[in-house]
Amino acid sequence: MILSCLKKYQKINLKVIVSKNYFKVIRAGISTTFQDEGRKNLYHVGIPFSGAMDRRNYSLSNKLVGNKINSPALEFAYQGPLLKFFGNKINIAITGDVNFTIKKKDITIDGNCYQALKLEDGDEVDILSTNKSVYGYFAIGGQIDLKYQWSSCSTNTKAIIGANDGKKFENEQVINISKLNNHSMEKKLNYINTKIENIRIIKGTNFDYFSDKGKKIFLEKEFIVSKLTDRMGMRLEGPRIENLVDTNIKSEGLIKGVIQVPADGNPIIMLSDHGTIGGYPKIGVVISADYDKLVQLSPGSRIKFKQVDLSSAENLFKLYDLETQNLISQIE
Amino acid sequence: MIKNILNLGDAALYCDFGKEVNRETNTQVIRYFKSIQKENIGSINNLSPSYNKLIISFDLKKTNFENLKKLIENLNITNEDDLENKKIEVPVCCDENFALDIVRLEKKLKLKRERIYENFFNKEFFCYMTGFIAGMPFLGDLSKNMRAKRLETPRVKVPKGSVALTEQFANIYTFESPGGWNVIGNSPIKIFDSSKEESPNLINPGDIVLFKEISKNQFESYSE
Repeated sequence: MILSCLKKYQKINLKVIVSKNYFKVIRAGISTTFQDEGRKNLYHVGIPFSGAMDRRNYSLSNKLVGNKINSPALEFAYQGPLLKFFGNKINIAITGDVNFTIKKKDITIDGNCYQALKLEDGDEVDILSTNKSVYGYFAIGGQIDLKYQWSSCSTNTKAIIGANDGKKFENEQVINISKLNNHSMEKKLNYINTKIENIRIIKGTNFDYFSDKGKKIFLEKEFIVSKLTDRMGMRLEGPRIENLVDTNIKSEGLIKGVIQVPADGNPIIMLSDHGTIGGYPKIGVVISADYDKLVQLSPGSRIKFKQVDLSSAENLFKLYDLETQNLISQIE
Repeated sequence: MIKNILNLGDAALYCDFGKEVNRETNTQVIRYFKSIQKENIGSINNLSPSYNKLIISFDLKKTNFENLKKLIENLNITNEDDLENKKIEVPVCCDENFALDIVRLEKKLKLKRERIYENFFNKEFFCYMTGFIAGMPFLGDLSKNMRAKRLETPRVKVPKGSVALTEQFANIYTFESPGGWNVIGNSPIKIFDSSKEESPNLINPGDIVLFKEISKNQFESYSE
């Protein structure tokens, strides 16, 4: 009875804090959202996959706090949020290459990534920046109170769906935690993110639309990640890739990792929140094994494409996945 | 029939149904799309039907290109319970505040606006596909004298509900979005509804769409 009243109350006045354990968002950060593994089988509707951009770091953050690896986590980019915790003791973990501090009553500690940390009532986590990378993950040991749409809480700000009413974090909002994990082991992992400049690709379905010189430029020259890069796509700048056939194709489906070259000759790579249909020629597709590393390249980074065949790409993914599984199993 | 299956990257099948964009080819695409959907193949992440292509993206942890290709090639694609061709009426207000590109279009097509609207409202449109942004329908085919290219410089923001034309197609902007189509009016109805998880899209591939002209007053009564 009390519970149902409480639920009703929650619906009427969303701002009211009813959870015993919650975070208050003091500073939202540049682009902080809830993410999980994303949504399947909705491309035909026009809804992209979404989900955590860097799947490995997302999974690791959950494992460190004793969650199922596909639980919702906070994803932040560049500058993350400043969060104040209210409630009982809770475990959190941050993954990626992230500078952050924990402010306790009378002491501020520099935080270490890949390590479960205990927070107490009144503690603050200040996520200052991602270091020469883009995305980081903040996992909370417990169950966050979130809205699911199509079995995923992933926030898609373009279609306004998923947790947090389909919006980025805002100052002063709260994150309610409905259930805490009750394990006390402080889990830890020794792991350093490696940077890559060479992104491996498979030739796209319109590779032959481009001149020999254009193909050579694409596979041999350096490109720079531009500022016009977000969860939808990564725009690159560099020598112009010349198209001989047509700068438009009949609009057709897209998948993440597809590299389109519009009329201006500058490639755009489709990322997790991409539009589901596109009409520019596809010069290549980033291999699955390199996607997590690709999304971590910040504006200004150099990037070079290297062509591999399908069977190498499949083997490279097997290896990458095995490595991820090994890392996960090291956290026990 | 699928003419050819290529790989798009390491985790998608690119099924080509031929060069032509017409209802016949597209009906084949949709037929495959629906049959594969019904099979509930666990390794498939997404199906993207378009005018003349079907892209099947899959979970590389569960299968690979060769195996899924074999599976798709051996599927029984049936014609039974064929496309329903649901008929949908979409109200459009062509008040000049909404018809952002009508003047431009009159020049491009060398047609008076009365003729443009007459052609537009007397046409039955076929939905080839939905997407780009959630729920946006791609509707065809406009007659030859109604085909115009995109704006030379696309708009940064096309208002939500805009009804627009380019080449042989019409579409409806389900969200405010960047875009380069020629806007001729605005529809007050919800084309995409994220609260309906079973069928968020009002218009689906294979459906028939008829546009109906409404006045500014009628338009406003919808939003109440």
